[in-house]
Amino acid sequence: MAPAIVLIVLVQAIPMIAAVAMSVLRLNQFTIRDWLHAPFVGPDNYAVVLGSWNVISQALLRSFAITLGYTAVIVVASCILGMLAAVFLADEMRGRRFLGSIFMLAFALPSFCAAILWTFMFQPHGAVNTVLGENLGLIPRDTFWFAGDKAFWSMCINTLWRTWPFAFLMLLPAVQGIPHELTEAARVDGASRWREFRSITLPSVSRITLLVALIISFWTFNDFTTPFIMFSTAAPDSADVLSLVIYRISFVNLNFGLGSALSLLMVSFLIGFSILYIRLLRVDIGGLDG
Amino acid sequence: MRASRSYRLVRGVVLAGLTAFALFPLYTMVLASITPSIQVQLGFAWLPTDLTLTPYIEMWHTIDLLRFLVNSTLVSLATTVLSVVVGLLASYAIVRHRFVGKGTVLHAVMITQTFPGVLFLLPLFILYVSIARATGLTLVGSYAGLVLTYLSFSLPFTIWLLVGYLASVSRDTEEAAMTDGCGRLEAFLRISLRMALPGVLAVAVFTFISAWSEVLFASVLSNEQTRTLPIGFQLFKNGHGTVQWNQLMAASLTISVPVVVVFLWLQRYFVRGLTSGSDR
Repeated sequence: MAPAIVLIVLVQAIPMIAAVAMSVLRLNQFTIRDWLHAPFVGPDNYAVVLGSWNVISQALLRSFAITLGYTAVIVVASCILGMLAAVFLADEMRGRRFLGSIFMLAFALPSFCAAILWTFMFQPHGAVNTVLGENLGLIPRDTFWFAGDKAFWSMCINTLWRTWPFAFLMLLPAVQGIPHELTEAARVDGASRWREFRSITLPSVSRITLLVALIISFWTFNDFTTPFIMFSTAAPDSADVLSLVIYRISFVNLNFGLGSALSLLMVSFLIGFSILYIRLLRVDIGGLDG
Repeated sequence: MRASRSYRLVRGVVLAGLTAFALFPLYTMVLASITPSIQVQLGFAWLPTDLTLTPYIEMWHTIDLLRFLVNSTLVSLATTVLSVVVGLLASYAIVRHRFVGKGTVLHAVMITQTFPGVLFLLPLFILYVSIARATGLTLVGSYAGLVLTYLSFSLPFTIWLLVGYLASVSRDTEEAAMTDGCGRLEAFLRISLRMALPGVLAVAVFTFISAWSEVLFASVLSNEQTRTLPIGFQLFKNGHGTVQWNQLMAASLTISVPVVVVFLWLQRYFVRGLTSGSDR
């Protein structure tokens, strides 16, 4: 049994150690052939981002902010939609299992297919402009979704569509698990459904909701598929998330050292954020301490 | 006790809205896949005037779809089988044995799940290039390289879920079987594995879907021969930047339907594994 565990540790640890090593080298298309002998540059790659205020660090900071905004929008919107669906489908009514399956379709669809589908729908004469613009008159019918601030929102809608069902999937059993005596008692006392939700449902499912929010925030913060399929490597500024920037720096500009340094900074942020989140909100991540 | 009228109204509106949001894109997908190319270029129409199944035939010729399908199937299946076998052994060890650093291993497994793919992509790419130079073993562009890469992140997650499932099989049941004359392996196979089978299936499906839809690593680590579906699909865009949307939608549907059906069938086991943390 031990070999299996050793294997896992190796498979995870070796790339990480290599990433740290690469981040202190000047690694580009010329030095990569013999990368162990690439020039040692120490903290230079990190200094590009953290050291001084220049064009690159400015662009990276903006990209970081965009990634955070993207994550925040998806986490909040997914939890709200997932919670609404879970609470309403926990009621006894006909067809609720069927509706639940319909909601899960988008999550079950391979993510790149979802991204292709929304790219199609956001085309100038596509379904979004036809329905929201031509039929309902909510937006200009010639809205262009792949440039400017709109690109950010088209990416968000795309991701939200396939992410909120996950919140629903996780929250439904939690809402259904609330003891009936509690909700019945509240209803007999004449409490409104809104009151019941705030006083009984929400406190009962808050722990699992915090866990779901954490999982979705990792997925979204690291998401590469959606922006890559929608915009390839040349995303407009508003949708140029960190994963895409690091990919471009590494595999288009072939600056592997800087790419490694950036991805390590991204990981440091994620670890710091998770520790704070778990400590401050006392999230139950599965009794790992036992 | 009946819900109030206003509550039922709100519920109806919300559920109708969510259903529309969930289904409308899928409707446009199905519709485009059976519409002639010329009409798809004209724009979206609620109801089609002409229906055709030719996109489902043409898609095999526009790109080398069959090759990509075979590549994706091979890579995803190999990843799934290896991941489940190694994952079972590892998680069984974690559940049944007390050893120093058990908590640390589980922590580490959980933490790596949160890292962005690019962090692993860069060093793996460099390591594969080095391995090729040192031993002549080609990993960049080969099936083996892709499978190895996918294993490195499907394994932690597989173990994470399987530990939950196996822990729910009580040790007593297994030990009873062992005193009845079963060996440890036999007891594991006949008792633990059997009781945890739905969970194992769910993990397998999840691993398969992850490999099936993976874009980042495949875009760098595959070549013309080993290209998987998500990378191959880019070829539906021709040199002039025109996309054969109807064929692209037909191909997307074709490769999605099997995984969607199996996922819906097994989803409840998946939730149980993710939320069974308290058993760990």
